[in-house]
Amino acid sequence: MKINPEKTQKIGFVALFICIIIALLVLGSIIYFVFSNGITAFSWKFFTDIPRKSMTAGGVGPAIVGTLYLVLGSVLFALPLGVITAIYLCEYSPKNFTLNLIRMSINNLAGVPSVVFGLFGLAVFVKLFGFHVSILSGSLTLGILILPGIISASYEAIIAVPQSTREASYALGATQIQTIKKVVLPTALPGILTGMILAVGRAAGETAPIMFTAVTFYSRSFPSTIFGETMALPYHIYVLMTEGTHPEEQKVIAYGCALILLILVLAVSSLAIYLRQSQRRKYA
Amino acid sequence: MGITDKIYKYIFMVIAFSSFIFLTGIIIVLFKEGLPVLSSTGIFSFLFGKSWYPTATPPEFGIFPLIMGSLIVTLGAMVVAVPVGIGSALYIHEIAGEKQKMFLKPVVELLGAIPSIIFGFFGMVIVAPFLQNLFNLSTGQCAFTGALILGVMAIPVLCSIAEDALSVVPKSYREASFALGANRWQTLWKVIMPAAGSGVSTAIILGISRVMGETMTVLLVTGGAAMMPKSIFDPVRPMTSTIAAEMGEAAVGGEHYHALFAIGLVLFLITLLMNMIAEYISRKYRMKLGMDV
Repeated sequence: MKINPEKTQKIGFVALFICIIIALLVLGSIIYFVFSNGITAFSWKFFTDIPRKSMTAGGVGPAIVGTLYLVLGSVLFALPLGVITAIYLCEYSPKNFTLNLIRMSINNLAGVPSVVFGLFGLAVFVKLFGFHVSILSGSLTLGILILPGIISASYEAIIAVPQSTREASYALGATQIQTIKKVVLPTALPGILTGMILAVGRAAGETAPIMFTAVTFYSRSFPSTIFGETMALPYHIYVLMTEGTHPEEQKVIAYGCALILLILVLAVSSLAIYLRQSQRRKYA
Repeated sequence: MGITDKIYKYIFMVIAFSSFIFLTGIIIVLFKEGLPVLSSTGIFSFLFGKSWYPTATPPEFGIFPLIMGSLIVTLGAMVVAVPVGIGSALYIHEIAGEKQKMFLKPVVELLGAIPSIIFGFFGMVIVAPFLQNLFNLSTGQCAFTGALILGVMAIPVLCSIAEDALSVVPKSYREASFALGANRWQTLWKVIMPAAGSGVSTAIILGISRVMGETMTVLLVTGGAAMMPKSIFDPVRPMTSTIAAEMGEAAVGGEHYHALFAIGLVLFLITLLMNMIAEYISRKYRMKLGMDV
């Protein structure tokens, strides 16, 4: 039997179409399910109140604030390290061996499982440095996790700054560091910020790295110091689903937490993707 | 170069080594905290021992059931994610027009940003009970459910990396194929796919490594029994969820604590190896296509 190429093509294209439909449908239904169920838990008190009646009533305010602190802390730690690493790689173009070593480290760090970061944070920040289970330990651990992403995004942004811009600055008598500060960084800033926003989305959703380093089951108050433990949204979902004695009431709150987290992550990531698209259009 | 410039250069250089320091730090910590148990139990009986009873007296530290748990779940996830993820990438690359691409690429990236705890939550509340009824299982929290959810999670990752690999295949390949009278499907299947083959396999390897390191999803949906699975519908306890579930109750500095770090070491080495293979393949691939590496 002779195979008809036109027919094969038709069948093949339909198969690929089914693939993308499955992907969108399944992932879309997860988002829909979290939205439709989570929205019933929402009320003003849900965002601002502390958990009450052993996590079956009240709000998740401390978990929201805790997640914001952790995210803020991790970015404060990773952004300067990441941007300076990117500047060094682009502007000072180190010798091959150094460059390869740093690049290899970044690539492999990016592939480390998140729970292993948790182990590292536990052994180093919690125990060795004596920061205990705290916002500080958790932020540092998350910071290392998001570092590779920040470096890559900053690197792309800085390398895209046209060489002529730098030469113009040198021609005016500026030194290298002046050129970096006044010319290269301002031009690359939008790209660096995009990378930072993506990292915020990533850090907000991670659970395993903060499990042993920052979070507590249940707190009746808002976090007041970075040296204390805190509640956090993703971990709170896990706790509500696995601990406690009122699974049905807890499930409602878990839905609510999942929706807050989902909205946070999707909003932040869409913003980053949108910014990146519009920057590309500007350069193209 | 002025003196200030030089000072800055050296400060920047030191900071640029931070990734290297962190990676080395992770390796040192895992070895230092994991080795005590490896030397007391013996590497062979640690890796291939069939019973994991960390709190029994005397405790038994055999992680073979945990490794099997990770492998079953990961392979199952790939059965779901590879065809759908790569199929989607092929669709975006070949069939979607400019407008569809402008929509699909960001959407896929966005879906990839959904936190794993949400997938775990979804799996636990919806998928596990559904499968339990469907297949009449004693529990819906089993390797199969884990594989299914992880597979769905891995679709955006595989799709994005595979799409990148497809998009760097030079236009001339396609034009040459068309010139020989091949149609779009033949070109895609016989020319572009083979040319992008190693790039696409990089996507698969990175997908495996990502899935194997995934923690929260398996913690919530695979049931958590540290036994040798007999079928795909048995509950399993992958390496990641063992660490996450037991670290809270393990006494710091005790044997159990060290054993969990040793599991972390095994996990780290497996994913490191796979990332290095992926990196090697993708470098060769880009060189073959005459690109900058």
